[in-house]
This record gives sequence, C-alpha cells and structure tokens, in this order.
Amino acid sequence: MLRRLHPEQPDSFAFTPANQAWAEAQMTKYPEGRQASAVIPLLWRAQEQEGWVTKPAIEAIAGMLCLASIRVLEVASFYFMFQLRPVGSVAHVQVCGTTSCMICGAEDLIAVCKDKIAPGAHELSADGKFSWEEVECLGACANAPMAQIGKDYYEDLTAESFAEILDGFARGEVPTPGSRKGRSASEPAGGLTSLTGFVGGHQANASVELAQLWGDTALRIQGDEQPGGAIRKPAAKPKASAKPKKKAPPAAEPAQDGVRPTTLEAARDGVADDLKRIKGVGPKLEKLLNSLGFYHFDQIATWTEAEIAWVDQNLEGFKGRVSRDNWVEQARALSGE
Amino acid sequence: MLDDKDRIFTNLYGMHDRSLAGARARGHWDGTGDLIKQGRDVIVEKVKASGLRGRGGAGFPTGLKWSFMPKESDGRPAYLVVNADESEPGTCKDREIMRHDPHTLIEGCLIASFAMGAHACYIYIRGEYIRERETLQAAIDECYDAGLVGKNAAKSGWDFDLYLHHGAGAYICGEETALLESLEGRKGMPRLKPPFPAGVGLYGCPTTVNNVESIAVVPTILRRGADWFSSFGRPNNAGTKIFGISGHVNHPCVVEEEMSISLRELLDRHCGGVRGGWDNIKAVIPGGSSVPCLPGTLCDDAIMDFDWLREQRSGLGTAAVIVMDQSTDIIKAIWRLSKFYKHESCGQCTPCREGTGWMMRVMDRLVKGDAEPEEIDMLLDVTKQVEGHTICALGDAAAWPIQGLIRHFRDEIEDRIKAKRTGRMSAVAAE
Repeated sequence: MLRRLHPEQPDSFAFTPANQAWAEAQMTKYPEGRQASAVIPLLWRAQEQEGWVTKPAIEAIAGMLCLASIRVLEVASFYFMFQLRPVGSVAHVQVCGTTSCMICGAEDLIAVCKDKIAPGAHELSADGKFSWEEVECLGACANAPMAQIGKDYYEDLTAESFAEILDGFARGEVPTPGSRKGRSASEPAGGLTSLTGFVGGHQANASVELAQLWGDTALRIQGDEQPGGAIRKPAAKPKASAKPKKKAPPAAEPAQDGVRPTTLEAARDGVADDLKRIKGVGPKLEKLLNSLGFYHFDQIATWTEAEIAWVDQNLEGFKGRVSRDNWVEQARALSGE
Repeated sequence: MLDDKDRIFTNLYGMHDRSLAGARARGHWDGTGDLIKQGRDVIVEKVKASGLRGRGGAGFPTGLKWSFMPKESDGRPAYLVVNADESEPGTCKDREIMRHDPHTLIEGCLIASFAMGAHACYIYIRGEYIRERETLQAAIDECYDAGLVGKNAAKSGWDFDLYLHHGAGAYICGEETALLESLEGRKGMPRLKPPFPAGVGLYGCPTTVNNVESIAVVPTILRRGADWFSSFGRPNNAGTKIFGISGHVNHPCVVEEEMSISLRELLDRHCGGVRGGWDNIKAVIPGGSSVPCLPGTLCDDAIMDFDWLREQRSGLGTAAVIVMDQSTDIIKAIWRLSKFYKHESCGQCTPCREGTGWMMRVMDRLVKGDAEPEEIDMLLDVTKQVEGHTICALGDAAAWPIQGLIRHFRDEIEDRIKAKRTGRMSAVAAE
C-alpha cells in the first residue's frame, strides 16, 4: 500500500502545552544525543492530539528532535499505525483480519464496516464521523474476532454485537471495551481450568478497567485528561518526568529519612540562581526547590549524603531525582563558574 | 497436568490483585536483592542449568545468550532490551503477562540486567497495546516508588533504570535488530549480522534482546531452582510455557502448561475440545503464523515442544496454537498469512519484498482455483528461493506456511483447480 502525505494539509501544528511537556519528558528517557529515539512516541502523541499525522506535525517533531524532516517522514510512512490522512472525527475502526480472526468471522465484521461506515477502507463515512480499515494481527487471538477502536480492544465479537458497538459510538456513547462473550480476559469461556485459587478482586481485565477509569477510548488527547480520584494516573501521560511518580494527594507528612539541609527564607539579595541550568531540573522542580528553601547552586553543592537523602524523599512527585541526576556535582560545577 | 502451585504466572487472567502488594502476596519480589547478590555468574549458570529456551519463537537457550555479553565493560554501557512487540499472528501471551502479572516481568528485567551488567533496560511494547502500556508503566512507577527499581534497586546494590518504549504497528520490529533500529528512531529494517547485538547493539553498545516471557520466568526459576523448572517437559524442552489457543476450539484461551504436553490434552483440558469433536480437526498451526501447519492426521500424537514439532518439519514458535476444523478453507487461511507477510515485509531485501507479493498473488489464484496445476510446483520453487536469501527470517516465515500447505494439502489445491476447470466438484471437495 502506498503511503503518502495527504494532498490537503493544515497550515500549522503545535502540541498543547501539556502534550509538549509530555513530549519533552519522553525525550529524557534516552541517553544524551539519542533523542531521535523518541520519534515514534512523539508522532504517536501528535496523532492522538490531531487524529492523524500531518506534514506540519512531522516538521515540528523533526525540529524538536533535531532531525531532518525526511527522517521523521520516513518513520511516519513506514509504521502502519500512523494515519497519513484524516480519519473519522469520532472513531477510526481497526478490524483485525489475520488468520485467527478470519476463521472466527472477521470477514463478517468487515462487512458491517462496509455497510455502516464506508464501502472502502480509509474512506470517511458520509457524516465524517467514522472510518475503518482492516489491520494485521492485533495480538488478541484467543479473543477473536476483535477490533480496536481508539485506544481499546473490543473482543469476542459477532456481526450483531459489533454493529451495536458502532451504533453506540454513533449515538455519542463509549461502549465498554472487552469481551462480548462475558469473559473477563482470555480465560476459557467454559469456566476456569487453572488458577481457580486466584480469583476475586477484579470484575474486568486491566485494559477494560483503565478504559472505564479514564473514559478516553476515542478521545483526542490534550495531555491533561486526569479524572479526579486517588488512583494513580497511568503514566502514558506523564507530566513532567519520564518516570513520574504519581501519587494523587501529596503525602501529609514529609518523610523522615535523612537530615534537612539548611534552607533560606528567600533568595540572597532577592536574586535566585537559575536552577534550571541543572540538568534534570525544569520549571516545576525549580519552583518546588524554591518552596523548600533552596535558591542557589552553592546551597545544593554542599549537601551531604544524609541531606541528599532528605531532599530526595521530599521532592514530591520527583523523588530520587537529586541522586539520579547527580545534582550536587552539577551544582558544584555551576557555583564555581 | 500442571498444578497451580507450579504455575509461574498465577495472575494470568488478572482476577487476583494486580498491584505490587498482590504480586508480593503471590511470591514475587521475594528476596530479589539476595538473588542478585549471588553474582552474575551464578545467575547465568542457573538459567543455563534450567534449560530455559527463548520464548519468542526461535528457542535459543536463554542462559547461553546472556553469556555472550562482555564480562568487562570497555567503557560502553550494556543494555537489556525486552521484546514485547508481540505481533506474530496467533500469539497473545505477552499481553496477559504485561497487563495482569507485570511484576514478574519487571523483577525479571532487574535480575537479567544485572546478570549481563546492564544498568538500563528498555521494554519495547507494540504500539497497539495502549492499555497494556499504561498498566505496565503504572507497575513500573509502583516499583520506583517502592525502591525496587532505581538506585540500589531492591537493596541489591545495583543501580537499574527501566524504560518503556513503544512501536507503531510494524511486525518486523519483533526481529531483534529491526527492534533496535526502531528503538533508535528509525525505520524497522533488520541489520546484517554479524556484528551481533551482544557486541554492537542498541546505540552501538552490547545489548541482549529477550522475549517478555523468557525474562518473566527467570525470577521464579532462581527462587525455586533450576531443577524444579527442568522437571517439566522432555529433556531439551524444559519448563512451563504459556500457550495461546485460538480458532476452532470450543473455548479459546491463554493458559500456562508444562512443555511437551500433548496437543490433544491441551485442547481437551483447557479449551473444551475441538469444535465438533476431535475428529473434526483439519489442521493446526502449532506455533504462530510462521511455522508450517500440521494436518489432522498428525495431531493425534502431537507433542507440544520444540523437538517433536521440529521433527515434523514444523515448530513450537511462540506456542500460539491456531486450530482449524473441517469447515475451514485451509488454502484461504494460508493465503491470509501470505497477505500478512506481504503487508509486513520491510522492503529491504529483494527476494522478500518481491517474493512475498508474488507468493500472495499465486496463493490468490490457488484460493480461487484459477491456476494451472504446474503453478503449485512453481510456487514451491519460489518459496525455496525466498527462504534463506534474506537478512532476517521474515522471508523464511513467509515461505514456510506455504510449504506446509503444499506438503500436506496438495490434493486439495489440485482438486480445486480441477473443479474450477471442469465446472464440477470432485469427490474429495464434495465431502
């Protein structure tokens, strides 16, 4: 299949601020100078935001990663999950058609798509809300036939149950993902034949539970989808760090490990150092440090082991960063300047 | 049959507590620091002694693979990369590990990384597994918070960082060097070997790429002993294995069983038997799309392990069993696999790029019966020209299912061609 950029392209692309922060955090997962590794996650987030991968998005990401645009374009056109043309505004339906699903009835599902959405794959439906395609094995073969809509898998389908799901989306609902045979995950439908002692606690499988928690199955991702509640935010959308520690409410009491270093009420002479020059410290961490009473490189440069431990413990949301990113050594170099 | 107490993945269906606390209650993360303090040589020896063979398809001994990593660093860091790009048609086992028993994998990553001197590990998960990625990342975060991953991970004295990276829908990235290319931000086109990843891998550094299941079983092997693990299965085929059964069985499922279980027992015990009874079985693809199918006549004695299936000129692959009953159009089923390989060929090597499309088009004619009888041999000949003439094994994988089809179902293909020509069905096709 030829994969080319769509003839009609928007004028510009920009990540939402939250997505931008997420993207920058992703880039820190890879060693210095290897930021190109983040190209797939960034392209994917651009698609989650816009619905498809546009030429301005490719160029913007190339800029962020210091790559030639062609390097990003070749990645975008190589990987089939990147949609290079507009998709349905509500949902793009991906039906698995490979052998396991095919012999279990995937062709019936495709017939439903042709009937309800559009006669050809990748075509928009008349109302522009849906599009569909047949994809290769999605890795849920024991739950065949199945389809992926947005982030979620709808499994154990029949033509009827699949049509119902599509109708649900058309009505503006988000049907619950998962098995349509009443199974939780991939256990035998006739009752457990193993692990009978390990039941209880969960009604739905992990994928379905997350889908229900976030309700973002077919959403365009802005980066700030955070339903309330004290449940850990899935780290697919980290905010400020590559490996964020997300605890909903901050711990009431600061941890008692280590020794609290000497702190300042305010910056000396009212002028704080630019702590962001420490690798690994962003605007958010800088603010946090200031609120703890640290404003200057020379303060950080003198921390002892015990003091590092205390700060590591008290950086809510960023625990362990001091030692991980070697702040003290960095601060020593910076304060010596 | 395997008892629950001997199952490694005790939360495969995710019905038990999936959090770290739940994993600990099921015995994971127990004394991990002490396991690591045994030293890397002891760990590698134990994994070798257990007879664990890679669970990603090729069945290469895992301990031996680890021992290829340099003992002394020449200044370059070492990496462990976990291949979670589960895309082989029929295969759906790693998904269950990652979303329901993720701590087996994370603990395995720590131990395996230590055993090959790696301070950083990347898990490359397929792009479509979005919820699985979210679940696994949440579990990783949980481990960071609990000090099981990070500096002095699990109080072992070993600093260890674990990163989750994802792909975007390319089957070829399950090939280890294509995966590394993809992880470096390029098109997933396999690299020539040598140099092997253990010498020059991710970012030019020594790297080992292992399947999710291979890594996730390691902590339990170390805790319960190599002898315990090797007590399952026939010699050279040790251990327990997650089987994914799909297609025409009454209850398709994913289940952990011992190696060398007979196919019949596997299907009867866990899947409620073949649809329409055992004799209704027409063919089985025993190890994912890449291995040749077995005809029903061979299924009676079939033993699910590497060696037996190899003797039948098939393979265990990823232990993804696709069962097809008599109602199946077997030619079309294999044609669909040819279409899959044509779609997924990365286009780097000519025999594969052109051959997969060519094979699919001839298969297309065979499905319709529009071909000349000579074309069957011509097709067989072309599969031999693709096989072994490409950088990676995708060319082989595209050729084998067709070879299996022609080997076992040649008369059915011929009957179809005849029927089309004469306009009437032969006795066999009318059955």
